[in-house]
Amino acid sequence: MKEADAVILDGLTKRYGDRTVVHGVTLALAAGERLALLGHNGAGKTTLMKMMLGLVRPDGGEVRVLGRDPAEAAADVRRSVGFLPESVAFYEAMTGWETLRFYARVKRRPAEECRALLARVGLADAAGRRVGTYSKGMRQRLGLAQALLGAPRLLLLDEPTTGLDPELRQSFYGIIAELKAQGTAVLLSSHLLTELEERTDHIAIMNQGHLVGLGTLGDLREQAGLPVRFRLRVVNGDAATVADHFGALVFERVPGEVGPACPARDKMDVLRAIAGLGDRVADVEVVPPSLDDVYASFTGRPLSEGAPA
Amino acid sequence: MTTVLAIAWKEVRDGLRNRWVLATTLLMAALALGLAFLGAAPTGSNVAASRLAVTVVSLASLTIFLVPLIALLLAYDALVGEIERGTMLLLLAYPVARWEIVAGKFLGHAALIAIATGVGYGVAAAAVAYAAPGTGAEDWQAMGALIASSILLGAVFLSIGYLLSGLVRERATAAGLAIAVWLVFVLLYDLGLLGYLAATEGKGVSAETFGWLLLLNPADAFRLFNLTGLEGVRQFSGMAGASGQAPVSPFALMAALLAWVLVPLLLAQAVFHRRQL
Repeated sequence: MKEADAVILDGLTKRYGDRTVVHGVTLALAAGERLALLGHNGAGKTTLMKMMLGLVRPDGGEVRVLGRDPAEAAADVRRSVGFLPESVAFYEAMTGWETLRFYARVKRRPAEECRALLARVGLADAAGRRVGTYSKGMRQRLGLAQALLGAPRLLLLDEPTTGLDPELRQSFYGIIAELKAQGTAVLLSSHLLTELEERTDHIAIMNQGHLVGLGTLGDLREQAGLPVRFRLRVVNGDAATVADHFGALVFERVPGEVGPACPARDKMDVLRAIAGLGDRVADVEVVPPSLDDVYASFTGRPLSEGAPA
Repeated sequence: MTTVLAIAWKEVRDGLRNRWVLATTLLMAALALGLAFLGAAPTGSNVAASRLAVTVVSLASLTIFLVPLIALLLAYDALVGEIERGTMLLLLAYPVARWEIVAGKFLGHAALIAIATGVGYGVAAAAVAYAAPGTGAEDWQAMGALIASSILLGAVFLSIGYLLSGLVRERATAAGLAIAVWLVFVLLYDLGLLGYLAATEGKGVSAETFGWLLLLNPADAFRLFNLTGLEGVRQFSGMAGASGQAPVSPFALMAALLAWVLVPLLLAQAVFHRRQL
């Protein structure tokens, strides 16, 4: 464990009554790293974040945030952490500007910073309106703005992109990328796997309080041992010949197409075999296992099954 | 301190914006004026008490009914409501101590009550003094004491309200408990005491015990403070006879009210501090 790590969890456990919601979780998050926390509702993601903020005391194990124990040095830790709760709630009667100004006062930040942040999340024009009139997307952006107050060294974002349209999501991840470049550690939880694929450094998979998978997407794919699939478009009539060529590897046949699959380590062999088929194959597509597939193989169930946030 | 003031200011602005202050101030001014001009009519003009002193007596009764209710309405929602709506989670993720939240809300709400009481009663007092000249300095003093002690009584019920708000899981429960608290302190306590005295033909309790029993109810402490505190008022409140043997001094009454502010407030803070979100 390095002192430079933004977050260190070591055997962290939390019980509510006789229900264990977090079960011996150990992981580290370095400065400038983006870690995605995946899991169903109730997997323990939010409880982990609450323990990092010192809002909930662990029943076992250790949590260090920016080198401190958040339960003991709560004020110091929270000054350097930004938090966006799941479906964030604001005081409806206050305007966007007043809301941000209120949180800025509590965090001892100047008014200019609020102005800059509202512009950054695209709310400058709506700043004078009551939050009660805001759309879900606008609330989420205001939520991000308050989380960015005081240039935090660690950002905890709980389901930050639910309810955002694709364009907003894009700009949201743009801001996350800028923060990463500045050395901010970002921990974000999500249901939306596909959008995370290219936008996180590490992925932690939680299932019923247990950390069941941790690593880069590549690591996790490898650990999961899921097959790589191919989709070959075959020149008319040759489908049977091509399918015979791959024999047992073929998992899927639709008219005009043949779909072999193989373990990840055999991928190049299969590609070479495809190349050897010459002009009988008009097109080839390589489909690595998706994050959805990886998630399902670690938790035993697909993520899309979970209730929406 | 910045944080406490930021939270207090937020509460004040909320109260001003949703017209809560306007509504309560108007209500208090209207009732106070009504009591001052209609309630004082039967006294006639041959009573040696100024109109303002009469008004103080009427307003003291008004305060006992209205101010605790207003304070409880502000306070019951303060903690549990924010927890239920989800705004508390975000606020607690900031470098804020929980006592700062309780203190900030208390300051803000107390300021709202001070505005409503000060303006509402102030208007009534000014109107009375204008309509019936001959109001002495002592009358103004009594009026000042009434407004100050009304705010203090409001603060008592704010504290009790926060304690309820910190204890319960749901807003509706807090609302129900707030009404129960109001009924007990404003109506049932005195009724019970009166019933007991009547049943025992006044021999059930000694004068000393009776004094202590009145201190146990902040509404009674407030009443006693305003009705026996000043000579001009005492004459008129029917307390002139009782004053010679006044069981408790005004200072003890003030101290009782202050204790009624501090103890529930500290308990509320302790309860809120231990609560997990």
